Amino acid sequence: MFGSLFKKEYPYFWNQYSNHFKEKKELNLKNARFVVFDTETTGLDIKNDRILSIGAISIVGNSIDVAHSLEVYLNQEKFNAETVKIHGILKTGNLTKFSEEDAVIQFLNYVRDGILVAHHVDFDVSIINKALSRMNLPKLKNKRIDTGVLYKKSLPYTQTYKHFGLDELCEVYKITKHDRHTASGDAYIAAIIFQKVMASLKKKNENLQLTDLFHTERREGLL
Amino acid sequence: MKNTIAERVYDFLKNYPPFKMLNKELLTTISENVKILYFETDTKIFKIGEPVDDNFYIVKDGAVGIYSAEKNTLIDKCGEGDIFGLRALIRKDKYKLTALTHEESIIYSISSDLLEEIMRNNTEAKEFILKSFATDNNTPETKDLALDDLFADQKSSFVEVQSVQYSENPITCTIETSIKEAALSMSQHKVGSIIITQNEKPIGIITDKDLRFKIATGKFGIEEKVGKIMSSPVITCNKEISIAEAQLNMLKYNIAHLCITQDGTNDSKLIGILSEHDIVLSYGNNPSVLIKEIKRAKDTSTLKLVRQKAQQLLKAYLEQNVDIVFISNIISHVNEAITQQLILHALDEMNQKPPVDFAWLSLGSMGRNEQFLLTDQDNALVFDDVSEKDYQKTKDYFLAFAQKVNDKLNQVGFEFCPADVMARNPKWCLSVTEWKNQFNHWIVSPTNEKVMLCTIFFDYRMVYGKHDLVKQMTQSIYHSIENFEIFLNFLALNATQNPPPLSFFRNFLVEAGGEHKNQFDIKARAIMPLVDAARLLILSHKVGNCNNTILRYKQLAKLEPQNAELYQSCIVSYKNLLHFRSLQGIRKGDSGRYVDLNSLCKSDKLRLRSSFKPIKDIQELIDVRFRLAHLR
Repeated sequence: MFGSLFKKEYPYFWNQYSNHFKEKKELNLKNARFVVFDTETTGLDIKNDRILSIGAISIVGNSIDVAHSLEVYLNQEKFNAETVKIHGILKTGNLTKFSEEDAVIQFLNYVRDGILVAHHVDFDVSIINKALSRMNLPKLKNKRIDTGVLYKKSLPYTQTYKHFGLDELCEVYKITKHDRHTASGDAYIAAIIFQKVMASLKKKNENLQLTDLFHTERREGLL
Repeated sequence: MKNTIAERVYDFLKNYPPFKMLNKELLTTISENVKILYFETDTKIFKIGEPVDDNFYIVKDGAVGIYSAEKNTLIDKCGEGDIFGLRALIRKDKYKLTALTHEESIIYSISSDLLEEIMRNNTEAKEFILKSFATDNNTPETKDLALDDLFADQKSSFVEVQSVQYSENPITCTIETSIKEAALSMSQHKVGSIIITQNEKPIGIITDKDLRFKIATGKFGIEEKVGKIMSSPVITCNKEISIAEAQLNMLKYNIAHLCITQDGTNDSKLIGILSEHDIVLSYGNNPSVLIKEIKRAKDTSTLKLVRQKAQQLLKAYLEQNVDIVFISNIISHVNEAITQQLILHALDEMNQKPPVDFAWLSLGSMGRNEQFLLTDQDNALVFDDVSEKDYQKTKDYFLAFAQKVNDKLNQVGFEFCPADVMARNPKWCLSVTEWKNQFNHWIVSPTNEKVMLCTIFFDYRMVYGKHDLVKQMTQSIYHSIENFEIFLNFLALNATQNPPPLSFFRNFLVEAGGEHKNQFDIKARAIMPLVDAARLLILSHKVGNCNNTILRYKQLAKLEPQNAELYQSCIVSYKNLLHFRSLQGIRKGDSGRYVDLNSLCKSDKLRLRSSFKPIKDIQELIDVRFRLAHLR
C-alpha cells in the first residue's frame, strides 16, 4: 500500500519500454519475437569494462528481416588496446558513434518485450544492466535464452557438462565465420545457430513449446 | 548507418545473376531489405495452388527442389545463388509449382517491388529474370493453352526475349463515336478490338468481350457513346517489348491487348496493337502456327516438313506428360489440315471439277482422332449417286483423284495401307447408295471378315467434302443395325476375342512367334480391346457423331450412371496406354506397337499392368450383356 510512495520517476523511454511488458500476450514459437544480440566490450569485467557496440537482429517464425536490425557503436572514455585486435573498433574511427545513454535507449526501443537470445546471454545482459544502473534505471525485464545452453538441451545428457563457445558451435553447424567479433556479425551467427538448434530440438520433441526454451539455472527474473 | 549483415548479403548477391548486373546503389538497397529465412530439410517453401507470396527467393545455403503438380515430379533443383518463385512477378496469382527444401537451407527473400525495380533498372537483368520466369513456368500441367504454347519447348531457344510482331495501323475511333459504329468498324475490319484515341493518343479500348458483357447483356444501348463502355486507361508499351514481357503484362493486368505507342507511354502516338493472339503466333512450334503454315503450303514437301515439326511438338508434349486428349486434338487437327490441303492440291491438278459432290473419309485411328504417330493411311471416298450411264465416268474421275491424294499422303509420310484400305481402291471408292448397301450387307451377314471391316469403317470421319453424304451413311448404318440387332452380338464377340493381356500367372502375354516373338503387342492386346468395346457399346446406344474412344466412354458414363466408374477407369487406362505407345513409338521411331518387355523398367511394367484391369472388367460386362456364352 505504500508502493506508490517509493515509486521512482523514470524517463519517458523507460516507461515506454516497460509498458510493453504490461500487456499479457499469448506467445508461441511462431509469433514470438526473438531478439538475437551481441555486445563488443573493452573486456570481460562487468564492473569496469564498457560496451563498444551492440548488434541485434530479430527473428519471427523462420524469418530474419535485415531491414529491421540494430547496429550501434558507442563513444567510451575507457579504451583497452588489448581488445582492439579482437573487435577492431578504434577509439576514433570514422564510424558514427553514440553516447552510452543514446545507445541504450536505441537498444531498449529495439528490443521492446522481445525474448533476448545471445551466446553467453548472461554476460551481455549483465553489462547492459550495468549501463542501465549508471543511468539510474532498473534491470532489463526481458526473458532470455542462451544459445550455448540451448545447444546442450539438444544433446544427449552425457555431454551436458561440456562448455561450447561460439566458434565451436560454428564448427558443429558449419557456419562461415564472417564478421566474427563484430557485434552484428556475432549476432547474425548466433541467430543462425539459434535456428539450427531450434530445428534439432523440434526433431527431438515434436511438441516443443516456447516455455521449454528457458533455462532453469540462475534464473534472475524469479528472485 | 553501418549494417554489417546487409554488407554480407551484398557480398553474396553480387556473385550471382541477375544481381551481379546491378549497380552498387540498387544492390545495396536490395541487400538492406532482404529477409533471411531458415528452413529445415523437407520443408515446403510454397505449394501449388497457394496464393503467390509478394516476394521471390534466392538460395543462400542448402538446396531446394522445384516440383510440378501432384505427381511430384522434380523439375529443377536450385543450389547456392539460384533464384526461384518468380511467379511473384504476376501478382494475385497462385503458385503452379511446389518448392521443397532438400537440405537444411537459408533462403533470402526479396520483395516483388524490388524485383520490378531490378527489371526497370537494368535490361540485362530483366532478360535474365524473364528467361528464368519462362523456364520456371515450363510446366506440363499448365492447362492454359496460351501459356502452354508460350512455354512448351522454349528452354533452349528463348524466343520470348525477341521482340514481338504487333499489328500496325490499328482500328481506331474517337470518344464521340457510337457503340454501334465502333462495332460495325470492328466487323468490317475483322478485328476483335478498337482503340479510342484523342490526338492520336490511345485513351481507351473496346474489345469483343466488352461488347459481349456490356452490350449483349443490355446494360448499355448501342446508340450510346463508346466512352461509356471503354476500358480506360489502356496499358501501353513500346515496340521493343519482348514476348515474355508482353505476356507478363497481360497476365498481370488480366487483359488480352496491349497498345504500342511511340515512346511506350499512353501520352504518345499510337502505332500498333498487340493481342494475345499475336503472341501465340510468335512461336513457331505451336499448333495454330502449324495450321497456318499448312494452309499456306503450296507443295507436298512443305507439308512434309510441317508434319515433322508436328512430330517434334508431339514428342515434347508426350515427354512433358501433357494430357493425351489435348495432344490428340492438336495432332488430329494437324493431320486433318494436311489431308485437306493435299485434297485441295489434288483437285487443282485434276483437269476438271468433280462431276458430283463427294466426301473424303478418314478411317480407323485417324477417324477416331487417335492417330499420333506416322502410321499408315486408312481412307475411303463417297460420292453422290449418279445415273447408270455416268457411273463409270464418275468413278474413274474419283479413282484418279484418290490416287493423287493417296500418293501425296504417302509422300508426306503416311504410308500406304498394307491391306489397301484406301480411297484409290475401287472397293472403297463408292457412291452413297453402294456404301449403304455394303454396310447393310456386312451387318446382316456378319462373317468374321465383315465384322472386322465394320470395325475399321464404322470409325469414319469426314475430312473434306459434302457433309450430307456422310450423314446418310450414318443413318443407314443405324437403320440396318436396328433391323438386325444380332449383329451387335457378333460385334461383341469380335470385341472380346483378345482376352486381357495377363496370363494366369500375372505375366504379360507375349507374341508366340514371328518377327515380334516374345514382344508384347500393346495395340492388339490392350488398345484395340478398349477401342472395340467403346465402339460396340456406343453403337448399341445408337449414339452417332461420337467417334473418339475417350469421348465414347465419357458418353457411356453419362448414359449408364450405374457403370460410370468402370467407364471412367477405361478412360484412364486408355489414356495411359496411348501415352505409353506414342512415347515408345517416338523413341524407337516406329509405330510403338510392339513393346520389348525386357527394356521396360519396373515402374513402367507396373503402370502398364495397372491399365489392364479395366479391360478385363469391360469384357466381362460385354460378355454378360450380349450373352456371348450362347454364341461361342
